[in-house]
Amino acid sequence: MGELAVEKHVKFILTIEKEKDSFESVVMEHIRLNGAYWALTTLDILGKLNTVDQDEVVSWMMQCQHESGGFGGNIGHDPHLLYTLSAIQVLALFDKIDALDIDKVSNYIAGLQNNDGSFSGDMWGEIDTRFSCVAILSLALLKRLDKINVEKAVNYIVSCKNLDGGFGCTPGAESHAGQIFCCVAALAVTGSLHHVDKDLLGWWLCERQVKSGGLNGRPEKLPDVCYSWWVLSSLIMIDRVHWIDKEKLIKFILDCQDKENGGISDQPEDAVDVFHTYFGVAGLSLLEYPGLKAIDPAYALPVDVVNRIFFGR
Amino acid sequence: MDVLQKSSERIPLSQRPEYADVKPVPQDDGPNPIVPISYTDEFRETMDYFRAIYVADERSLRALQLTTEAIKLNPGNYTVWQFRRLVLEALNADMNKELDFVDGIVEGIVEGNSKNYQIWHHRRWVAENLGTDASTRELEFTKTILSKDAKHYHAWSHRQWVLQALGGWKDELTYCELLLKDDIFNNSAWNQRYFVVTRSPLLGGLGAMRESEVTCTVNAIMEHPENESPWRYLRGLYRNDTHALVKDPQVASVCLKILTAKNNYVHALSMLLDLLCHGFQPSLEIRNAVYGLSDSGAQGSDLVKVVCSILELVDPMRANYWKWRRNIVPAQAAQCLKDDGLTGLSL
Repeated sequence: MGELAVEKHVKFILTIEKEKDSFESVVMEHIRLNGAYWALTTLDILGKLNTVDQDEVVSWMMQCQHESGGFGGNIGHDPHLLYTLSAIQVLALFDKIDALDIDKVSNYIAGLQNNDGSFSGDMWGEIDTRFSCVAILSLALLKRLDKINVEKAVNYIVSCKNLDGGFGCTPGAESHAGQIFCCVAALAVTGSLHHVDKDLLGWWLCERQVKSGGLNGRPEKLPDVCYSWWVLSSLIMIDRVHWIDKEKLIKFILDCQDKENGGISDQPEDAVDVFHTYFGVAGLSLLEYPGLKAIDPAYALPVDVVNRIFFGR
Repeated sequence: MDVLQKSSERIPLSQRPEYADVKPVPQDDGPNPIVPISYTDEFRETMDYFRAIYVADERSLRALQLTTEAIKLNPGNYTVWQFRRLVLEALNADMNKELDFVDGIVEGIVEGNSKNYQIWHHRRWVAENLGTDASTRELEFTKTILSKDAKHYHAWSHRQWVLQALGGWKDELTYCELLLKDDIFNNSAWNQRYFVVTRSPLLGGLGAMRESEVTCTVNAIMEHPENESPWRYLRGLYRNDTHALVKDPQVASVCLKILTAKNNYVHALSMLLDLLCHGFQPSLEIRNAVYGLSDSGAQGSDLVKVVCSILELVDPMRANYWKWRRNIVPAQAAQCLKDDGLTGLSL
């Protein structure tokens, strides 16, 4: 079996972060905060977070925050729950959550909960269980879950549970591994996993593994490295990860590397990007690939970072 | 990533008189190295002008035009879409024309990039403004997207929202049937089918529809027993009523047919396990069909053990799952028989 080309991936990420005028960078400028989270978490898992100028990142990031307390995807972009979580996660990596006015941020997040318990992504009202997850993870990291109606939030998520045990973006929507991760993580963090039919969902999740060893996100779709995170972390959270063939999955992820230039792609031989590099490395960490820091399956942050937040140094 | 069209006819914003008084605002991102590619210049200029208008909160026609150009260059930029909505509201714009605009953006996008939350959310906002009148057009629009990618998650999500918020259920079940005729493996179509059967105000609900749905599903299973979706759909039809699942002769019969045919029988065996753990009493034919699949000629052996051994062999990636089932199904079955007051019967 191949090996993880750690040095190449680190170089790839550091290069991407510097190349602010590449075409990729320019078209993705509105989600740069997400990009920062993917890049930095990967570096931390690989033990190389110290290669980044922490102060520069934090000072840039704080400029993405609005009066409302929410963060935009970059400076000059509107606030949204998605970037707010990324900001909190990046600050967590650097142990700088106290740089935030925690009440202000948590009020922004709590203000986006709707009457039925769901969350809107921002003032424009798009509802999706992704936002339930993001809101709950954010508030949990800030230790302010009491600012929302947790019971209603949980009930909304449960209303998105389908006949196959999975979850969709809204009630009745097709089960999808990404949405499942969001719902299971939110339920895990709020102590509500008893709502999940672990055997039924575990079976649906383990059926995502296809012949090549990779995982897809829905029946009859192609495998993609990002599902190595979403399916895998879900299986771990419900204690059923032994139902897939871990060795074959490791091989699939390693086959998706660009061993010359660094980076990981969605499938073998495709173009790499920082998004799939993060999910590939995070997936390998969950699979206990040697030499990687352990990652928390719900918070998607290294375990030592999560422990630092909840249990002190 | 969007493929930018070669815009040889485009006049730079700096040369257009209607923007003469606008001072472009560059992205505050850190030091600016060299920009080698020409279309990145166009992109950068458009975004610099957009930022100027956005910071000034100017909600005019030229602002609208700028959002049009910015969106065409990068339909993922959510801030541009949001500002566009503010401008549309301020201008009291024609929402039908706005749907035309979104149609154009989607058509102009390379395969794969209509998987962008911003476009769909914008579309929903516009349709909401139009109300129930938009129902037909929105159903047609999602149909067009689905005709190119029948599993498009955003399109399905939008379609479900349209049905529930704006109506139009009449032909939805027929539409699902058409899609399944095209591709019986389309899990999204199966999901939509369940959505219609359980939520349409025009049908009788799951209870009324179950019998006919089971017949359709069983036919689909016979076509392709390796197809995951109809098996799950079948279980879904009997959600909260596993007794009825166990008693339905169509279910046992389809399992028997597939096991006897000795082809693509993994899901059939898995269904058999589900039936057994809910108290199913297998016929001699079913037993023999299972033994016929096993190498070890395991006549008279514990049926659950034989089923699971076969599954561990033919579906090795999920060997641990089948091992787990081998242990748990007998206990579940025994519990079921006990609940039914039928202790003493063996498998």
